[in-house]
Amino acid sequence: MAILVVAEHDNENLKDATHKTVTAAAQMAKDKGSDVDILVAGKGVKDVATAAAKIAGVRKVLACDHVSLKRQLAEAMQEVIVPLMDSYDAVLAPDTTTGKNFMPRIAAALDVMQISSISGVESADTFVRPIYAGNAMATVKSSDGKKVVTVRPTAFAPAGEGGSASIETIADPATPETSEFIGEELSKSDRPELTAAKIVISGGRGMGSGENFTIIEKVADQLGAAVGASRAAVDAGYVPNDYQVGQTGKVVAPELYIAVGISGAIQHLAGMKDSKVIVAINKDEDAPIFQIADYGWVADLFNAVPELEAELTKQGY
Amino acid sequence: MKVLVPVKRVLDFNVKVRVKSDESGVDLANVKMSMNPFDEISVEQAVRMAEAGTATETIAVSIGPDKAGETIRTSLAMGIDRGIHVNTDAEVEPLAVAKILKAIVEEERPDLVILGKQAIDDDSNQTGQMLATLLGWPQATFANSIDKDGDHLTVGREVDGGIQTIKVTLPAVVTVDLRLNEPRYASLPNIMKAKRKPIDAKTTDDYGVDISPRLETLKVAEPAGRTAGVKVEDAGELVAKLKSEGVI
Repeated sequence: MAILVVAEHDNENLKDATHKTVTAAAQMAKDKGSDVDILVAGKGVKDVATAAAKIAGVRKVLACDHVSLKRQLAEAMQEVIVPLMDSYDAVLAPDTTTGKNFMPRIAAALDVMQISSISGVESADTFVRPIYAGNAMATVKSSDGKKVVTVRPTAFAPAGEGGSASIETIADPATPETSEFIGEELSKSDRPELTAAKIVISGGRGMGSGENFTIIEKVADQLGAAVGASRAAVDAGYVPNDYQVGQTGKVVAPELYIAVGISGAIQHLAGMKDSKVIVAINKDEDAPIFQIADYGWVADLFNAVPELEAELTKQGY
Repeated sequence: MKVLVPVKRVLDFNVKVRVKSDESGVDLANVKMSMNPFDEISVEQAVRMAEAGTATETIAVSIGPDKAGETIRTSLAMGIDRGIHVNTDAEVEPLAVAKILKAIVEEERPDLVILGKQAIDDDSNQTGQMLATLLGWPQATFANSIDKDGDHLTVGREVDGGIQTIKVTLPAVVTVDLRLNEPRYASLPNIMKAKRKPIDAKTTDDYGVDISPRLETLKVAEPAGRTAGVKVEDAGELVAKLKSEGVI
């Protein structure tokens, strides 16, 4: 049979997390030579479906275009995906807040135990996933007939382009009326998205205030980096919730992660320790962050960060 | 409005996680266990709803061994009215937990089930969504604000891009995120009072739910380690190192 990947998108752009989830699906498909299809469910998703059809190795794209799917609320997504599962052995979605919201509904409706946030595929039924905030890695084998899996995008390379899958429009879903979108306040930024950025610079409690984040924003702009934060900085109200890197926030794995004024609580490390190179700037030389940092700079961040900015300027960044 | 609050006993968030040398799991012998921090937030929310007169009765449920009774007792000390302890030594997966909770909901008929968005041991983030599905109820996950308006709840949700606000019809399932509230510490008089609050003793058999696992854990291993690198003294040295790594 086949594997279905649910695309991550905002009705306009297909997100890179989709390409990474296709890689995980392809690894599962290898076992039995299964096909990989993509579902694009949303409102006005023609461009997204076209982009999905270009991902290498995809057989076909199912497009479901309906007003009830504009916000991809969990109840509406269930109405689209569950009826499709007669034709699939497995369904995968990235473990973004959208995927985390609707995927357990698919699992419960199919009477299947979901496998959450996998970071590795051993075979079509066996997966590796972090538990205890990534302090242990569990290898689990599912005995369910169908697999419902969410995928940690940072753990997989993106599938390439160059495919030419067919696009098939599927029938309008039933429209549940028990939940309704009211509004959203999305952070606006010209910087790259936290989970997709090659460089991330994050501030912690040591930043002292939201205004003080401007010093790391300057460095971020020099390097084309995204700005993140520890839970402590978000809880203190310095920056919005969507900046949070950690066990319960976003998981990032950039080429370079610069932690500024972050002590390195376990739950923060869970969100960034797979970064290629980690830099820590902290005035407390005993801070746990130094135990995992490739380059540690013991200094007051209010001196060090402007110094870094000046050095980068001098070198033409 | 009657409110049901499922709570889970987990390894305390401050305890260092140790993987057993035979890779069969995480060592939980003789270590401090506590209420899942996200569930503390849902308990606090239920108690605040009772204090505001929005909730008429609050009930905590825990599924777990004898010691899970202590976790229920903690919630009673925070202000929950009574408890239900479904006693089992088995490791119960989120799907089976959701099925047991469904049976309890059918007996107790709450208007709201409020629970943590995930437990910090298995990090599954499934139970609330599964329960909502099995009940045919709407869900509002990752809540950072909850307002009741007649037979609706307006819930602000922490999503990847910021905050999304949705309205759900009651009865509903809500899972809570970190910034919904700051849980209280139980006072000594309330801890004493909690000892007299009732806890119903149940077993998984009482609910006729098959709790046999669907996932088999083949092994639990240490994650790939990182080691401390080198210290730099100034910005010039740092930038030079990062250039030589090719990351800037």
